Order: sequence, then C-alpha cells, then structure tokens
Amino acid sequence: MAFTRTFKQLRPIVAALGRHKVATALIVLQVALTLAVTSNALFIVATRIVHLSRPTGTDEAHIFVIRNGWTIGQNATQIDANIRTDLDTLRRVPGVGDAFSSYGYPLAGDGSYISVRPKLKPDQKARGPFAMIYAADEHTINTLGISLVAGRNFRPDEITTFGPNDKISPPGIIITRSLADKLFPDGSALGMTVYFPGGPTRIMGIIASLQGPISMTRSSDGDSVLVPAHYVDPDGVWYLLRTDASDMKPVIAAALKALQARGGVRVLDPKNGVITMAQARERAYATDHSLAMLMSIVSGLLLLATAGGIVGLSSFWVSQRRKQIGIRRSLGATTGDILRYFHAENFLIVGGGIVLGVLLAVLANLGLMKIFYPLPHMPLYVPLLGALLLWLLGQLAVWGPARSAAKVSPVVAIRTE
Amino acid sequence: MWGYYVALALRSSARSKALTALVIVLLAFGVSACMVSYAVFRATTSDPLPAKSSRLYVPQVDNFGPSHIWQNEPPPTLSYTDAMALWKAHKTSRQTVLYPAAWQVDSDDGLTPAMSMNGDAVTADFFAMFDVPFRFGSGWTANDDVQHATVVVISRRLNDKLFGGQNSVGQAIRLDGHIFRIAGVLEDWNPKPRFFDLGTSDNTGFDDAGDIYIPFTRGIAMQKDSTTYNGCPTESGVYDTSRWDARLTSECAWIDAWVELATPADVDRYREYLRNYAGQQQRLGRFSWAPNIRLRNLTDWMAYLEVTPRTTSLSMLLSASFLLIVLVNVIGLMLARFMRRAPEIGIRRALGASRAAIYRQFLIEGATMGFVGGLVGVALTLLGLWGAGELFEPKIARLVHVDASLIALTVLLAVAATVVSALYPTWRAAQTQPAWQIKVN
Repeated sequence: MAFTRTFKQLRPIVAALGRHKVATALIVLQVALTLAVTSNALFIVATRIVHLSRPTGTDEAHIFVIRNGWTIGQNATQIDANIRTDLDTLRRVPGVGDAFSSYGYPLAGDGSYISVRPKLKPDQKARGPFAMIYAADEHTINTLGISLVAGRNFRPDEITTFGPNDKISPPGIIITRSLADKLFPDGSALGMTVYFPGGPTRIMGIIASLQGPISMTRSSDGDSVLVPAHYVDPDGVWYLLRTDASDMKPVIAAALKALQARGGVRVLDPKNGVITMAQARERAYATDHSLAMLMSIVSGLLLLATAGGIVGLSSFWVSQRRKQIGIRRSLGATTGDILRYFHAENFLIVGGGIVLGVLLAVLANLGLMKIFYPLPHMPLYVPLLGALLLWLLGQLAVWGPARSAAKVSPVVAIRTE
Repeated sequence: MWGYYVALALRSSARSKALTALVIVLLAFGVSACMVSYAVFRATTSDPLPAKSSRLYVPQVDNFGPSHIWQNEPPPTLSYTDAMALWKAHKTSRQTVLYPAAWQVDSDDGLTPAMSMNGDAVTADFFAMFDVPFRFGSGWTANDDVQHATVVVISRRLNDKLFGGQNSVGQAIRLDGHIFRIAGVLEDWNPKPRFFDLGTSDNTGFDDAGDIYIPFTRGIAMQKDSTTYNGCPTESGVYDTSRWDARLTSECAWIDAWVELATPADVDRYREYLRNYAGQQQRLGRFSWAPNIRLRNLTDWMAYLEVTPRTTSLSMLLSASFLLIVLVNVIGLMLARFMRRAPEIGIRRALGASRAAIYRQFLIEGATMGFVGGLVGVALTLLGLWGAGELFEPKIARLVHVDASLIALTVLLAVAATVVSALYPTWRAAQTQPAWQIKVN
C-alpha cells in the first residue's frame, strides 16, 4: 500500500527535480564521486588487510631471531664449528624450547633471502617456480612450530654446509605444500627428484606451510624450501629461537649472555640485532598497515561529508517548499505521504548518483591498477555494496529534513507572507 | 566597502548557523586532509641538494643487452669495467663511483667492542660534489685514490662513540682488521632521500646515511663486497662466480656513478662521449646491440627510481579527490545559502546596487567563509600531522614538519577553493530579478 502510494508520487518528484537541475546534478555528482572513491579505497583496505593478516605458518608468539655477525678472518670450517657450538649452547639456555641457524627468517623483508627455481628435468629450458631457501637442520620443524604432513624430518648426520657462493646441491629437501603442488599438481611430490643449479635433490618431506623471508608477492610468499645445511657466510648467520613461555625478555637476555661467553668470534647488536616475530610482522607490513588506516579514515570522512551535504541541501529544499507542502497537506496528504515524498526523492537522486558512480568506480580501479602495481581487479560486488551503503546513508541523512517537512501544518497554505 | 561586505557575510552567517557551520567544517576537513598528505608528499619528494641537483648526473650504459633488461632501460648501475672506463676517461671536472659496504669496526686501542657499521666506498670528489660538510679535517686527495690509500672519513656519530667527540684526524681505526688513518670527520649529514647510492642500494631512499667512507680503490683492493643486491645478465640474475677477479671482469652491475656537468653544452658533450663509448664496446664485440645509454640528472633520477613511496602518492590522490567532493558539496550548500537570500538581493538591486556589486558581495562572503574554514583547517592539519606518526612509516613520518609556508598554503587553498565553488552560486544570485523579489505576493 505504502509502496504503491510512493510509486504514484514518482512522476511529480521527477517533475519537481527538473526545476532544480543544478542542485540535483550536484548531489548526483557528489554521490557518484563518493561511491567511486570509497569503493576503491575500501577495496584497497580489504586487499591490504587480507595481505597483512596472512599467517607465516609458524608459532610467531614464541619465536625471536638473533643476528650474529662473525669477526673477520674465519673460514667456513671454523664458522660451521661455531654454529654447532652456539646451537648446543642456545638449546641449553633455560626457557629456550629449541633453536636452529639459517639465512633470513619469515617476514625479514627484501634483500635477505636466497632463491631457487627448481626444475623437473636437468635440461629443462623453462624456468621453475620461484621459491625461497631456508638453511635448516633437524631442529627447524620443532623450532618454527610447523607441521610435517608427509615424509620425514632431516637426520643430524645429513646436515652439511653451504656458503654465499656455493651452488646448492643437498641430498634431500623439505618443501611446503604450496610449492609441492606447483611442482607436481597431481600430488605426487613426495620422493620425487627436482633439479637445483647444483644438481638433483629428492623431496624427502612436505610441511603444511611456511612463509619465506619476503612478504610482498601475491603468489610466491608461501613457497619455501628447507635445505639441510648450516649457512657458512663469513658475514654472519641468523639464529632462530623458540621460547617455552610468551615472556621473551628474560630468554632473550639469557640467550645473548650465553652467546657473549664466546664473544671473541662474533659481533652482536643487542639493540637492532634481536627481533621478535611480532616486531618483524609490524615492520614487514608497516606500509600496508598505514595504507589501510589512511584509506579507512578518509573513506569515513568522505561518507560523513556526503551525508552532511545531503542533510544541508534537503533542509534547504524543505524550507523552500513549505508552501507547497502546506497545500498538499490541506488537500488531504498525510504526514506519511510527505515523509515518503522526501525519502523517495532522495532514493531517486542517490540512485542516479550510483549508476554514474559504479561506472566511475570501475574506471578508477582500472586506472589505479596501472599506477599501483600489485592491485587486483575490483569485483563488481564491491561498488554494489558501496551503492547499498550510500542508499542507506542517503535515507538516514534525509530522515531529519523529511520529518521537519512532515510537521509543516496545513494552515501554511492559506497564510500570506 | 570590503569591510562592509565582510560584516554582511558574518551577519548572514549568524542567521543560518547550521548551514554555515556545515560549510566551514567540510572545508576544514577537505583542506586539512590535503595538507597533511601534501606535507608528507613534500617531505618524500624534496630535493636533497637544491643548489646542485640540476648539475649532478647519473650515467647509465646498457651492458646487459635487450634480453636481460626491462622496457629497454639500461641497468641502474655500472659494471666494474664500465665504471672504471668512465672514471679513468675523466671527461668532466668532478666525478665519483661508489658502492655501499658494511664494516667491522674496532678502535685501535681495543677498548670499544667490535661493531658492524655501514658506509660507502667512494672516490675523492664525492665530498665536494655532494657538498658534504666536515667537522674536522677533510676528504682525501685524488692521489690517495690512485694509491689505494688506507684513509677513512667517519661520521660525527662514530667519532662521538669512538673518540668522545674530540678531533680525531690523524688517529687510526680498524676496519675489518686493517688500520685506516682518519682524514676527516663529517658534520651531521643525512640527506633525505639518501640519493647517492639509490641505484645499488635496497635502501628505499629513507634510510640513514652510513658512518664510514673509504676510497673506492681501497675497497676493491681489499675485495670488499657490496652490501646489496647486484644484478647480473644471467638466467638466475646473480653472480655466476665466486672469484673476485672474475667478478671484476663480469658484466654484473653493482656500482653507482655520478658526474657533475655545469652547462647544457657539457651535458651534450658527456652524452656524446657515453654514446661513443658504448659504440666502441659494440665494435670491440663486447656489446652485440646498438648503444643504449642514459644521462639523467638527480631530479629525474629520483623520479625514474620512484623514490616517493606509493603510500604517499596514493594518499595525495585520495585527499585530492576528497577535497573535490567537498567542493561539489560546498557548491550545493552555497547555492542554497545564496538563493535563500533572493529577497535581500532584490532589494539591494532595486536600491541601485549593480550586478558587479552583487558579485563582489557574494564572492567576499565566500572568501570570508573560506578564510574561517582555512583557520579551522590549520588546526586540523596540525592535529593530523601530530597523528602522522601513527599513519605513516616511522622513517617517513619523522621527516614531516610544519612551517609558515604550509600554514599559509592551507589558508590560501581554503580561500581559493571556496571562492571557486562560490562562482556559480554567485552568478545565480546576480541573475536575480529585482522586480520579482520585491513585489507583494
């Protein structure tokens, strides 16, 4: 009933809007621009939040990393001996659950990873999938708190060494599920042989997930390889430690103290050289975080501004039309009719803005994809959701002015000013 | 007359408080969002050497070939072969080649524990070319470069740490175990962006400058590796060798080069030299492609490497669209405000006011509101910049600062934006027919 009555009003509403072309066009334009900007901004927020809340697959709350530089003049054999002694020491520090040494750590960022493109055949011309290497040993799985879903862990006697200039050729490797699926889509990865630049190697285990040191790609961040070796770089090595309790401070202090007992071989930086996974996460995703915050704040302000504009202009129209409203009321229109009139009018105007706005939103997304590279296509439901939001916002904004219009008394019609 | 119009504007504002407040608040938010973004944008795009940026050039030579480069752009750095050829040709008064390196530092007395510190291996001209300020002593000589001298220039920070801030020129420190004589101590010098090793460095441009500068030739003689990623024209993109002399003769690119060219004629001459050099390498059979060279000045170089963080550009774009939407909004509200005063306009016109007078009155009214909006906008901008530390990455947020020009620009933008949005409403107001408005209904 109410609906048909509203529907019958549409023609006079459109006719009335024709008399306020510019003001109507301004609201339509404003709604369109708001829709285009907010749907793109909120879409970017959503992609960033999805990106930055990805788990690394590790027990992040209990892991920290120590950067251990070697004093100059030590050869690979000495460094390997140092690492073995250090790991023995660290694993015995009270509060430390387990420890291993590697190059890089999850969320370390650009510049601290070793990559490999494993091939299926030795003479394969095509490039293999991009993967990141962690130096690992038999304690790695336990330290990171990751789970082995197939195959077996490394044995202590399998742990060798490799340096920055060596071509890696381990006897066996453990890889993540996602990399296994990329190499062998039929799921037969376990036990298969793949080819590294240094030679063939066998996939002896598969872990559920483990993010590599970099955190900015969309598809390769989870493709990691564990190589059973100590990384003997004369520059230094990273020790990854897992604590038993969540209070890491005393454990960090104890671990540093234990390392400093043999201080002559190493250079430690207690201030910048110790990083908890929580800090690494904050640092790795700082840009994404700031982008998401910024976009949300401006989108919120934008919606408020548009609502404010609708309130302002609707109030003005109501005050202009007091006389007509009075006449309609005295001719039998109910307060409900008047209310519906203004809500329907707003619905129409915002609707016009939405049609234009969805178009602009899609165009803006295409433009942004060109400038800001890792941005996917915006699915159409995003601007449509935005449209729904704006319709609601418009109805809410016009509610106040419409109520004051409905309160206009019929007697206004016969008053001369 | 102007004062009278301002008074009229204030009086009419007092009559429609809600509408006026709405316009002012909208303007203030729109303008301050723009200014906060602009302040960050300005900090990240600022010219690190305004006096010289147009004279400093980065030469690039394509030694990778079409199949190993992207969009036909030569690698951002030079191979050792090309860097040395350019440097030894000495085609300009000042030039430098450099690469970033990290060092283990011990003081000669052995009292301070070993530290790992960053710096760059540079040539003698580096300090003069980039206007590097010295606290004590000076850089080294061109002869030191030739002699692979073990001299070092250290930062003020390192000097404070090792020598308690005393003049340490002539003293010795150990870098990777080798004794170096201190030739100079820098003043606080931390150019933003850190432009000089942008090509090699994976610093985004906003990391701090290092603490140690040694002669490039000494770094090479010590077989000191660069700290950052080095591009090579191989399938894997990394070194295919571990031997130092093989690296020096390889086509891997890892050295930043700079030349100072004072006049456009010098620039043309140097570009010609680069082209000839690449042509000569082609004739020698080293390059199997036509000369592909670039010579960009500092400003273009920063633009080419996209030093400005994406977040900054995106927030600039976003806040500009915010201001645009606010302005559309303000046009509508101004239109309502002015049309409501049709009777007043009618009477003023009937009493002899010209259309021009109506234009003046309403544009001044717009400017007045813009001014007030600008003042509120300044307050919001200050608030926003105070919160910028939360919004932007710390190493960028710390560069942002407020100055008089930013405040003046805020008010100016608010006034200009309001006057522009008042144009159409004012035109409509000036069209008011006096007779229609003053006739008794």
